Amino acid sequence: MSAASLVTVAPERAQARKSGWYRQPALLVGLILLAVILFMVIAAPLLTSYNPVTQDLGATLTGPSAHHLLGTDQLGRDTWSRLLYGGRVDLQVAFIAVLFPFVLGTILGSLAGYFGGWVDLIIMRVVDIVVAFPFYVLIIALVFVLGPGERSIYIAITVVGWVSYARIIRGEILVAKRQEYVLAAQSGGLSNLRIMGRHLLPNVITQAIIYAMSDIVQDILAIVTLSYLGLGIQPPTPDWGSMIANGQNFLTTHWQLTTLPGLAVVVTGLALSLIGDGLADLLRPGQS
Amino acid sequence: MTFVVRRLLLLIPVAIGVTIIVFFMIHLIPGDPARTILGIHATPKAIAILHQEWGLNRPLASQYWLFLDRLLHGNLGTSLFYGQSAASLIAGRLAPTIWLIVYAAVLAIAVSVPLAMIAASRKDGIRDQLVRAVPLFGLGMPPFWVGLLLQYALALSLHAFPVTGYGTGFVGHLHSMFLPSLTVAIGLSPVVIRSLRASMLNVLGADYITTARSKGVPNGRLFVRHVLRNAVIPAVTVLGINIGFLIGSTLIVENVFAIPGIGSLMIQSIFNRDFPVVQGVTLVFGVMVVLVNLLTDVTYASLDPRVRFDR
Repeated sequence: MSAASLVTVAPERAQARKSGWYRQPALLVGLILLAVILFMVIAAPLLTSYNPVTQDLGATLTGPSAHHLLGTDQLGRDTWSRLLYGGRVDLQVAFIAVLFPFVLGTILGSLAGYFGGWVDLIIMRVVDIVVAFPFYVLIIALVFVLGPGERSIYIAITVVGWVSYARIIRGEILVAKRQEYVLAAQSGGLSNLRIMGRHLLPNVITQAIIYAMSDIVQDILAIVTLSYLGLGIQPPTPDWGSMIANGQNFLTTHWQLTTLPGLAVVVTGLALSLIGDGLADLLRPGQS
Repeated sequence: MTFVVRRLLLLIPVAIGVTIIVFFMIHLIPGDPARTILGIHATPKAIAILHQEWGLNRPLASQYWLFLDRLLHGNLGTSLFYGQSAASLIAGRLAPTIWLIVYAAVLAIAVSVPLAMIAASRKDGIRDQLVRAVPLFGLGMPPFWVGLLLQYALALSLHAFPVTGYGTGFVGHLHSMFLPSLTVAIGLSPVVIRSLRASMLNVLGADYITTARSKGVPNGRLFVRHVLRNAVIPAVTVLGINIGFLIGSTLIVENVFAIPGIGSLMIQSIFNRDFPVVQGVTLVFGVMVVLVNLLTDVTYASLDPRVRFDR
């Protein structure tokens, strides 16, 4: 392909991007997939009659049947029911967990980008320090210190997760604050708070929202990993991570116990990634 | 050269920050750390000894100073479970982890470079679409789950690789560590493929490629000589940026494959409530990332003369 043909193709593609969210196949498929998943976990009581924690020691490790759609685990608990209720727990924790770093990172990133100087210096040095630790290492260490459970998960994810939002927002604000509308607002005597909140943030927040989509995926992985290690969601509450941990002892005979919860994570991740990609195409045309 | 010096100077605040975070881990423990760590059956005497040893009775600043002073002497404290120095415990477990990290990085490159080249060779073609779908699935795959699936398929069913362990000798390690390294590489490759594809497309749009094309350089040679060369630097950087992710997933994968590295040491120590070891491993992981980042930046600067430090 020559450079000339690239130039003629570009405007067409830009036009295609402008034509509405429903024309974005990635976004559409992602939203439908996520809607189906959310419906399934929210409507869990309608989709299964089994309690996810009730044991039936007379029917352990059975295969799929008319009674148990996906069979039972080593304690005779219904796998289909645990999958639905487990998703409920994991997704709820993940969706709440993503909010704290989003808010904290956005605020700190705005302050760093807008004021610059020593505020920027301090905030970005803290970012450098947090980034020095591998994601999983810091999360696992923090949850260990704080004790297992949901509260610790929220704290750990916030402590580790805000840095990405801060970096993204800071970078956006650094560019945006030199634009004329900001200079006009400043010379008009508006307060810094008002300029940041009313003028800058609405223009830069989309980048953080796009990132949040992939961040939720990472949070789900973190929650599932913590639970797999026994540090996250505590039994008997069902969750995908502990289901995989329980299933791995029966990998050779009952592979579905390990495979299915993992697939649930992958499909959820796929839905959110598609939404993230679709949003990116929709909200920042010209980049791919 | 000034670049390296300035980069080293920037390291100091980060290094201090890393030690502060690791130091404060103890103080995040709810209640009296000594009591929590030793458990409810601990005698007052044992608690007093731990207080004394960790300087918990002193003011915070003086505690941190003590911690730093010991650290500089290579003292990470004594393991509460093994009764031996945490530093020597960690040192003895370092080799398998480094093996895993390097092996995984090599495999990640081996998987990602060809896929990114295939994708970039015809943008928006069917092969490009297929490769671009990889991250969509890959990013949501829990590393431990991928490890279990590989274990089931290639070790338990086909018996092509050992299920667990580190192996002995170079060839033994290469064989035993293949599945764990592949697991880590699979987790890493979506990110690497994505950035590599983007940077290759970038290079393909450059004027010198158009020039080379108009001179009639065949496609294969164009890719190897011009595109790959200029896309390798971004690939190294992407690996460097994601070193945190790479090292973090070895922590989990080591547990799945029972590899005697510092990652499995950390998880074991968590269950033994062996605080000094957990603290020590966290610190070592942090230092590893800082050092690799430094190495990446310096390599980057020496590979690409255009890179200069202006911050």
